[in-house]
Amino acid sequence: MIAHPKRIDSIKFGLLSPKEIRKMSVTKIITPDTYDDDGFPIEMGLMDQRLGVIDPGLRCKTCGGRPGECPGHFGHIELVAPVVHVGYARLIRKILRSVCRSCKRVLLEKKDQDHFSAQIKEHQREGQPIDEILKEVFKRAMAVNVCPHCGEEQLKIFFESPTTYEEGEHKLMPADIRARLEQIPDKDLPVIGINPKQVRPEWMILTVLPVPPVTARPSITLESGQRSEDDLTHKLVDIIRINQRFQENREAGAPQLIIEDLWELLQYHVTTYIDNEVSGIPPARHRSGRPLKTLSQRLKGKEGRFRGSLSGKRVNFSARTVISPDPNLSINEVGIPQRIAEEMTITENVTDRNFKAMVELIKRGRNYPSANYVRRLDGKRVKVTSTNFEELAEQLQVGWKIERQLRDGDIVLFNRQPSLHRMSIMAHRVRVMPGKTFRLNPAVCPPYNADFDGDEMNLHVLQNEEARAEARILMDVEENILSPRFGGPVIGGIHDHISGLYLLTRSGTRFDENDVLELLRHSRITDLIEPSFGEGDKPYWSGKDIFSMILPEGFNATFEAEICHNCEVCLKERCEHDAYVVIENGRLLRGTIDERAIGAFKGKIIDRITKEYGPDRARRFIDDATSLAIRAITRLGFSFGIDDEDIPPSAQKQIQASIIATEEQVAQLVDAYDNNELEPLPGRSVEETLELRIMQELGRVRDAAGAIAGEYLGMDNTAVAMALSGARGSMMNLTQMAGCVGQQSVRGARITRGYEGRTLPHFERGDLGAAAHGFVKSSYKKGLSPTEFFFHAIGGREGLVDTAVRTSQSGYFQRRLINALQDIEVKYDGTVRETRGMIVQFEYGEDGVDPSRGDYGKSINIDRIIELATCGDD
Amino acid sequence: MAKHDTIRALLKRGVSEELAEKVADSGLTLGDLKGLTASELCKKISTSEEIAAEILQLAGSKPKKAITSETSLKSKIEQLEVPRSVKDALIKRLSEREFTPTQIERILRMTIEEYERIKIDPCEAVGIVAAQSIGEPGTQMTMRTFHYAGVAEIYVTLGLPRIIEIVDARKTPSTPMMVIKLNEEYRNDKTKAHALASRIEATYPSHLGDIVTLPDEMLIRIEIDESAMEKRGLGIDDLIEKIKGQGKFNADIDLDEDGKSINIRPKEYSYRSLLQLRGRLTSTNPSSGILIAGIKDITRVVIRHEGDEYTLYTEGSALKDVIRIEGVDGARTRTNNINEIENVLGIEAARNAIINEMVNTLGEQGLNVDIRHLMLVADMMTVDGEVKQIGRHGIAGEKASILSRAAFEVTVSHLLDASLYGYVDELKGVTENVIVGQPIKLGTGDVELVAKPYGKVVD
Repeated sequence: MIAHPKRIDSIKFGLLSPKEIRKMSVTKIITPDTYDDDGFPIEMGLMDQRLGVIDPGLRCKTCGGRPGECPGHFGHIELVAPVVHVGYARLIRKILRSVCRSCKRVLLEKKDQDHFSAQIKEHQREGQPIDEILKEVFKRAMAVNVCPHCGEEQLKIFFESPTTYEEGEHKLMPADIRARLEQIPDKDLPVIGINPKQVRPEWMILTVLPVPPVTARPSITLESGQRSEDDLTHKLVDIIRINQRFQENREAGAPQLIIEDLWELLQYHVTTYIDNEVSGIPPARHRSGRPLKTLSQRLKGKEGRFRGSLSGKRVNFSARTVISPDPNLSINEVGIPQRIAEEMTITENVTDRNFKAMVELIKRGRNYPSANYVRRLDGKRVKVTSTNFEELAEQLQVGWKIERQLRDGDIVLFNRQPSLHRMSIMAHRVRVMPGKTFRLNPAVCPPYNADFDGDEMNLHVLQNEEARAEARILMDVEENILSPRFGGPVIGGIHDHISGLYLLTRSGTRFDENDVLELLRHSRITDLIEPSFGEGDKPYWSGKDIFSMILPEGFNATFEAEICHNCEVCLKERCEHDAYVVIENGRLLRGTIDERAIGAFKGKIIDRITKEYGPDRARRFIDDATSLAIRAITRLGFSFGIDDEDIPPSAQKQIQASIIATEEQVAQLVDAYDNNELEPLPGRSVEETLELRIMQELGRVRDAAGAIAGEYLGMDNTAVAMALSGARGSMMNLTQMAGCVGQQSVRGARITRGYEGRTLPHFERGDLGAAAHGFVKSSYKKGLSPTEFFFHAIGGREGLVDTAVRTSQSGYFQRRLINALQDIEVKYDGTVRETRGMIVQFEYGEDGVDPSRGDYGKSINIDRIIELATCGDD
Repeated sequence: MAKHDTIRALLKRGVSEELAEKVADSGLTLGDLKGLTASELCKKISTSEEIAAEILQLAGSKPKKAITSETSLKSKIEQLEVPRSVKDALIKRLSEREFTPTQIERILRMTIEEYERIKIDPCEAVGIVAAQSIGEPGTQMTMRTFHYAGVAEIYVTLGLPRIIEIVDARKTPSTPMMVIKLNEEYRNDKTKAHALASRIEATYPSHLGDIVTLPDEMLIRIEIDESAMEKRGLGIDDLIEKIKGQGKFNADIDLDEDGKSINIRPKEYSYRSLLQLRGRLTSTNPSSGILIAGIKDITRVVIRHEGDEYTLYTEGSALKDVIRIEGVDGARTRTNNINEIENVLGIEAARNAIINEMVNTLGEQGLNVDIRHLMLVADMMTVDGEVKQIGRHGIAGEKASILSRAAFEVTVSHLLDASLYGYVDELKGVTENVIVGQPIKLGTGDVELVAKPYGKVVD
């Protein structure tokens, strides 16, 4: 059957009247004690069994439910004297000030009152906030000194946080306030935003206090057998105690002073029961000195009810472990340890069609692909054990449900936090394997932003057919190759994939048939293409040929590779660096494959295949490309070590010379500054000019050192190859390793802080030279001097702090963005609207184009269409 | 409808528009024409017999393959249901080269197919996608202040802080700046550009000369730097006038005998008042300083020769004042102060400014975010006709749902208000439905199709 889940249509909020509180209460609570000496709950105490049960074995005296079934029931405390509800204290002040002390009418002329009421009504009808109008109403009414209705002069009302009110010299007790609020006529309430049919303002003064059910404040039994009560219970005990004392004193006719003190104490307890972080009064504390967590604290904040328990919920059918790479998996697979697969289940209905298979499954007993539980027709859940499995297999009948273990091909959701975008949760297919980690193809690391330095990921097993269908259609990895952020691929080759294909496809490679077959072993290629060259009758294939074999048939593309030197005049096809990629009819004719071709974020080929051949073909291409790359890099060999940063002594001397020359130049600048000869740049002071010029010089020398080092490190250097092909690292890294680390900076300027007049005691006071302000002339390979090392640590620390600040800032930024935009949707008429139906855009993005389907932000690539439409004709 | 078809059919066969309309107006169709003679026709549409004969002849001919003339191609493209940008691109591309009618047909058909393919799906949760697309690269952005691209003298806030500033809808950005373009008369003239710059840049007494304090004479003397005065086109009298014009200035101001400096003597003979006076004279602070010339909020102007024109870059922004100045090209002048744009140019301009600022900031960081996401954010911020913040005091704080607001920030007071005023949560948004635990009305959750089960139903 298709289920029609009941929907909650709306939730209405309101204030409880004393009458309602008494009506919903199952008992009046009068005793402050909870349990008697035998450990039984006391009748009419805070743990009264009519309030619900939490101890196993007991039954609720109201509904007869067992723990877990009974939701709990409210009780109530009759307060001896009314007290103010802190949450409304400020509003009560405003109302007192806006209401006549004599006739209790709102201090507005009838004309104004009608005007504001109408405005409020109008706004409420349109679902607009009324805060601004109410502000104006109170502002106007509070300014009135003489009541327009009865002519009574108004006295000033003082308010002291949190709950003290004074009128003139006279203190207003909650009872007085309540009396005043009670007398406000119904017809005057709408103008202060209150609907008298639902709420009366005097309900903001409490005379009866609802007591939440025990299920909302469960006590826990410690190891010692001692009971430890919830904070709320503690607070309620306090309230009842004072309430009792108050009553006794009043009946005994105690002096007014004592009564007032007790009243204030009762107010304090009720206040802290509602909110224990009110300013102006000390928070109520536990015996241990810890502030109590009362009602408001339960709701507030990240771990509060709203954000901690309602917006984010804990789930079953999930697993978490460390991840590690497996290039032999397809990108839409995930390797799952058998132990996890044994634990996680999918509920399957036993039908005519799968009956046999299900019986077989049960018959396997406790041997891996099996079932953990069966659910019989009567709804009873039976565990499959090594002793009862044969019996269960025998009994099995259509209509039962079995909870079978996870197996290859099942669809699961895979997720890594922080889940910053929708590609942080994708659907994968299960591959059960030995080991204890989740395995994934490194090509899907970029969307998850995962690496394998100890990252853990979560996995969720889908439990119904709708969810599985949705996951397959919308969340599959291949459906998410293209990012909706910029319309390009986020899944693609990284690191060794790029190095591997770079090595394979650069010119001058050749492979015999054996090699070719080995390289392509993992792909589903059945026929080899024509070899490019032969020697005698032995055919040889170039690396470009091999790459061509994994391309889709008829694929065309032309673009510049990452290794492109950006020459002034592009020679295009005749590029001497083999950086102009030409693919015609599924064959790589020219150019080298690197990041620009198959990389995540940049991969042109992946982008084109996804858009022209569909996600499935793209997935196959990425699978083939990555496994080919790994095989190629293994076959061709690739290493990087400290001697790869070696540069000849002559080059080192050259670098030294240029550093010394620059240092001299800096000294000259400093001299010029000291002699007041330095000409300031326009709009700059002399000091700023000096700093700017020094920074410029030192920046230049670092680049020069890099250039000198670079001359000796060519494309046959693996680090250079990695940097230029986009696999990993940059030329800057190499410069710093082989040439010179360069200037360390804090907030974009040279390092100046430290001791008086100098950064470190190693330097003269007032030294403005390069070394004294954080210039590191050594290379990483050579090693840093102690002062250089220290400056480097300063610069490094800034980076770390920056990252830490940034993550928290951008986290909050994203939370706000999501909160503001989450309800916006494209409607069937093409408009973009929010929940109220207000139109935000008439056409999404002004052209109605889905960014992940368009052509890198543009809507339609007309040239491509013209090319396709006319290619057959010429 | 039939009339329209007739006209079209006749047009295709080469009948002029005027005549085709006449024929159609008389209620004739193409089929009718075949059975008519020229004389009969000419009566019906009241034309000469020759013309009628011509119409008949043409009507009998085969229709031309397609209308290849430039204008009809254009109108054909205009009728397509594709966005403006695509239409423009099509018109441009198709007029560049010769195409056969079949090719054109094919191109147009494929364009429509392609557009259908790339159109956004109904029910797509574009808001969340936009929020994620802007928020996700936030972690990759830098946090520092940088020099404005190309202009080393001016610092601007970039990266994450700038983006946050934009969505916060702050009244003034932390580093306001303007790019002032000049009109034709000024843009190529170096002296005019400089003159304009000095009229814009806020000038304080300390810019115009050395301010010397002579305690033993109880006197402050401004020793005027004539070149600075000249550069700004100011005379010594102007200066005295301006300083005198400052009210609450308890001092005697007069020109020194040498005529090159101004003597200022506090009326109250005390060291303290002398120091106070000096403080005011030397201040270059917009709130306390004495503004001699220029616009108060623009603290610095840098002139650069860009392309083939002089452009002014300023620290500080005052759009309203600047665009009124003679010589300024108001249409090309920009500011990064969105609030100012809203006040001076209106909400649509503010919306575009938000988009531009975000595009530039993200682009500067080398981050690639589709402009559609930024448009949505900008539109959401400006739908109500005023720029609203993304956050507690703006969009998130004004949402219809109480539960959603309570789950965002300031939980308790939202709940208290809701109960007092008897608000109703309609449970239409995302958070509310997550909270009560039911499917969300977005994306696949918003499809109200129910499959009817057929055949034997096994529970």
